[in-house]
Amino acid sequence: MDKNTTSALLYLDGVSVSFDGFKALNELSLIVEPGEMRAIIGPNGAGKTTMMDVITGKTKPDLGDVYFQEGTVDLTKLDETQIATLGIGRKFQKPTVFEMHTVEDNLQLSLKNDRSVRATLFWQSSAEQEARIDQVLEIVRLKHLRSRIAGSLSHGQKQWLEIAMLLAQDPKLLLVDEPVAGMTDVETMQTAELLREINQTKTVVVVEHDMAFVRELGVKVTCLHEGSVLAEGTIDDVSTNDRVVEVYLGR
Amino acid sequence: MMSSHPLIRLLDRGSTLFLILLAAFAIAIPVSNLLMPAGSALHVSTYFVSLFGKYVCYGLLALSIDLIWGYVGILSLGHGAFFALGGYAMGMYLMRQIGDRGVYANPILPDFMVFLNWSELPFFWYGFNSFAYAMLMVLLVPGLLAFVFGWFAFRSRVTGVYLSIITQAMTYALLLAFFRNDFGFGGNNGLTDFKDILGFNVQADGTRNALLVISCLMLAICFLLCRGIVTSKFGKVLIGIRDAESRTRFLGYRVEAYKLFVFTVSACMAGIAGALYVPQVGIINPGEFAPANSIEAVIWVAVGGRGTLTGAVLGAFVVNYAKTFFTSGFLAPYWLFMLGGLFIGTTLLMPKGIIGTYNSWRASQADKKQAAKDNADNSAPARAAEEVA
Amino acid sequence: MRQFYDRILALVFAIALSVAAAGLAHAGPYEDALEKFTTDDFADTADAVTAVATSGNPLAAQLIQALQNGQLQYSTKDKKVFIKTADGKLIDAETGKPFDGTAPDDLDTVRVNNRLRGVIDAANGALTLSAPDPNKRYESAQQVFRSRDAAVLPAIDKALETEKVARVKKVLNEARAAILLAADDTAAPDRIAAIEVIGARGDQDSLALLRALPADMPAEVSAAANSAIKAVERKLTLWSMVQNAWYGLSLGSVLLLAAIGLAITFGVMGVINMAHGEMVMIGAYTTYVVQDLIRANYPGLFDYSLAFALPLAFLVAAIIGIAIERTVIRFLYGRPLETLLATWGISLVLMQAVRGMFGPTNKEVGNPSWMSGAFDLGGILITYNRMWIIIFTGIVFVALLGMLRFTRLGLEMRAVTQNRQMAAAVGIRTARIDALTFGLGSGIAGIAGVALSQIDNVSPNLGQGYIIDSFMVVVFGGVGNLWGTLVGALTLGLANKFLEPFAGAVLAKIAILVFIILFIQKRPRGMFALKGRSIEA
Repeated sequence: MDKNTTSALLYLDGVSVSFDGFKALNELSLIVEPGEMRAIIGPNGAGKTTMMDVITGKTKPDLGDVYFQEGTVDLTKLDETQIATLGIGRKFQKPTVFEMHTVEDNLQLSLKNDRSVRATLFWQSSAEQEARIDQVLEIVRLKHLRSRIAGSLSHGQKQWLEIAMLLAQDPKLLLVDEPVAGMTDVETMQTAELLREINQTKTVVVVEHDMAFVRELGVKVTCLHEGSVLAEGTIDDVSTNDRVVEVYLGR
Repeated sequence: MMSSHPLIRLLDRGSTLFLILLAAFAIAIPVSNLLMPAGSALHVSTYFVSLFGKYVCYGLLALSIDLIWGYVGILSLGHGAFFALGGYAMGMYLMRQIGDRGVYANPILPDFMVFLNWSELPFFWYGFNSFAYAMLMVLLVPGLLAFVFGWFAFRSRVTGVYLSIITQAMTYALLLAFFRNDFGFGGNNGLTDFKDILGFNVQADGTRNALLVISCLMLAICFLLCRGIVTSKFGKVLIGIRDAESRTRFLGYRVEAYKLFVFTVSACMAGIAGALYVPQVGIINPGEFAPANSIEAVIWVAVGGRGTLTGAVLGAFVVNYAKTFFTSGFLAPYWLFMLGGLFIGTTLLMPKGIIGTYNSWRASQADKKQAAKDNADNSAPARAAEEVA
Repeated sequence: MRQFYDRILALVFAIALSVAAAGLAHAGPYEDALEKFTTDDFADTADAVTAVATSGNPLAAQLIQALQNGQLQYSTKDKKVFIKTADGKLIDAETGKPFDGTAPDDLDTVRVNNRLRGVIDAANGALTLSAPDPNKRYESAQQVFRSRDAAVLPAIDKALETEKVARVKKVLNEARAAILLAADDTAAPDRIAAIEVIGARGDQDSLALLRALPADMPAEVSAAANSAIKAVERKLTLWSMVQNAWYGLSLGSVLLLAAIGLAITFGVMGVINMAHGEMVMIGAYTTYVVQDLIRANYPGLFDYSLAFALPLAFLVAAIIGIAIERTVIRFLYGRPLETLLATWGISLVLMQAVRGMFGPTNKEVGNPSWMSGAFDLGGILITYNRMWIIIFTGIVFVALLGMLRFTRLGLEMRAVTQNRQMAAAVGIRTARIDALTFGLGSGIAGIAGVALSQIDNVSPNLGQGYIIDSFMVVVFGGVGNLWGTLVGALTLGLANKFLEPFAGAVLAKIAILVFIILFIQKRPRGMFALKGRSIEA
């Protein structure tokens, strides 16, 4: 299958990125079908974040193809803003929300709207927008915090707010980097539930270390190592794969 | 909140107070200077009128710096350049108004050109005999420079101290250029000996008072413009860029376009400030491009409170009043120690500045009250943060 | 100046010779020439000067000296010439002995006009052609080359016969060629030979000489002259390139010296220190104080003043730097823009403090003897102070590089900059390292000040002149990379000096600034930035 015939939403083929001789990605190939939820695991330095950077246009690959929407859009030719507008939302490893704004304003800024300077200068909120904010807050269970300053939220709440911001963008693909880092067990399970809920309408790629969480998601898992795919399959397949065990437990 | 009526959005308590105070000064000072007899306790001298007018111009410059530093996090160390360019545009108009009343009595060429044996007016001096054209240039020249500079800088994502350093290099390069005689702007003497503006004698009390009132008016207009910008959704994007630039970018905002727009607006405002400043002090010379001037303007904003528009103006008034006060007396040798101390002390001890610190204090008071109330009726916490911008 | 120098030369020479050859005088060209001084006619006087100069008479120098100083007296009646000494006594010009008779009553001073002054200069040149000191002969031959006085030709020929020192001989030949080239009656082959000699000399003067050749020369002469002019021009262009390169290297080393401390504080630590220039200034003032103390107490040690100033300047600046780091900067880590403002405040305070202590005016810092003067290297002039600064900069750079690479402190510094938490975890006291690193950067700025005091005005504003340039160098070269700083400084120095001939100093500087502004847009992290996975968000 090549980029012209793929039915995939996201299509990476032979992607390589190197920094000063260090190969962060080494001929990485990955295919995510529409509506799928994929979990990406792998030890530190396996290239997970670099992969996200390549997909979102932050890093340009040295080699390889990155296509979106059945091979119709070449992501390597676009920058972050264009890719975001295209419908790829990204949650960072470290929760990144607008700390000085209220929860409501954070979402207001994320809602799918005209992003031009002129539009934001003369923008007025509408009942429809307000309803949409309510709806998103409902999903991430933050409705009661609507007028709180985002900086005063707890760590877990910020993670959810960031996911809510992604949802407000109404993207086709959500890239979620370590959504449960620093969360309590209860919060972790709630997050898994939340992502499954989101996956009912969106395609999701989750990068995560937490194996219990990945198991809870119950989706296809890709294990990265040294910049390329080491194993792919169900969590049970992958976690019993000899090479994966070797990589995680040492050789 | 966002959905409230535009006027309420623009005029919160602090802003209203600020505008009322400004209006009071703009009325009281001319009345006192022109109508009260010279010996009266209610009379203020013409010197004070011009001094206050100068502060108002500095306030406008501080406002322009705060718009980009306080709200977008761009620390420009070159805003003095935009200020000076606006000043030069006004100065060129005033030079051409001198006509044949100069020392060399040349009806077209300003004195310094006659002195340099130039036979005709350089092309870039054309049109400056028209006030409207000169005012257009006051906006256009700083705006265009900022646009071109910003277009390069923001597109290639030069940020933080790198941006600060290259803005400083920009004003330094202009300083060197304007010092040259053959650059065509009067060399190190600059432009001076102005006679009249729109037919009014620049030295006359009436003109000086009028200039003060106009300065106050422009400050009020620019203040409202800034309020409009920072309270709009656009302003919230700016704050987003300041606090989490990549988040903003990954949400699909074209960060460089936002920065470029607001940087250009800010430069135009600095240009207006410079243009109002020149007729009131009677001279513009390359010294205005000195990097030290630009940094000093930044400290006004820091002292007053960056990210609060009223604070920027307040800071400009406070620091410049202190400068006037201390540099004129026996404390003059210690002024630079104080200014230096102000830089160090503000950043270390009061990073939010006067207004910012006051706002935080009020917010914490409100918190306490809210907490007490919460305890009393045990109701759900839903607190709207009050911001005085 | 030139004339004064020659006069002294002539005088010295005259005294030396008059002692050696006193009493050997007899009637000859000299005595005949003397008579011509008595006619009070400028043309006669000119002939007389030339005749005296070429006579070989030991009194010639003294006589011409007297003429130049307005001390030559003549009497038309007696046909006698006298030299009047400073105390009013008369010396008989013919014998060189004091005149003890009665002075003639029509005694008058021999008058001199501008044309005569030229003749006298040339005569002086001819006279010293036979001086015992080869340097004087060299100088004098050079002077003849410039004056091209045909009357000196016999003297030149005579000198050429006896001259043994090669470099003097060369100039004598050139002087001879210059005279022949300019003379109207030179035969074509001689003229061509002369053109060759002058073309080989190949400096600005030769070029002027060759270009001054009249157009109506025989074809072969014109052709020879044209090709010689082309060759000289090529050579001069080459030398001017070398000269520019030298100036560029010199400017580059100054930039490097000023920026290298910043490469540590800004480049390695990421602290933007606007008071860096003031550390340089403090180093320069330390030099001033050291020299002042030495002048007052141990004047003999003046040549070693810089050796005392270097460690002291390092210490003073380093201690002030550490104090700044401990009291201000450490509270601002991670807030670069605030650091920028606070350190600007520090720079204001330091400048004002120095102004208060030493006054606002420039302070006199002397060059030790081994740093004064200059020498010619091929076609360029090299001043000793610039040369030593280049050497010194090289030493500082290598020492710093070595320190970072091979010492424990350097290792810990690199560890802290790369990963603060990990460094702390393995037992490095990071706060101490921060202070020491900042102290090191400041100390290096201090010793830069010692060097810069030798070529720049030492005033409280000294540092302000370097701060923007230093930041440009570090940013251009690439932050966190000493080699980048080196290449950055030299590139900017060379670019500046090569632009200057076309654009002038100020425009060249503006062009460089604009270039860097554009360059940073293209490569925001400088020439040699480390590429890496972004740690941002």
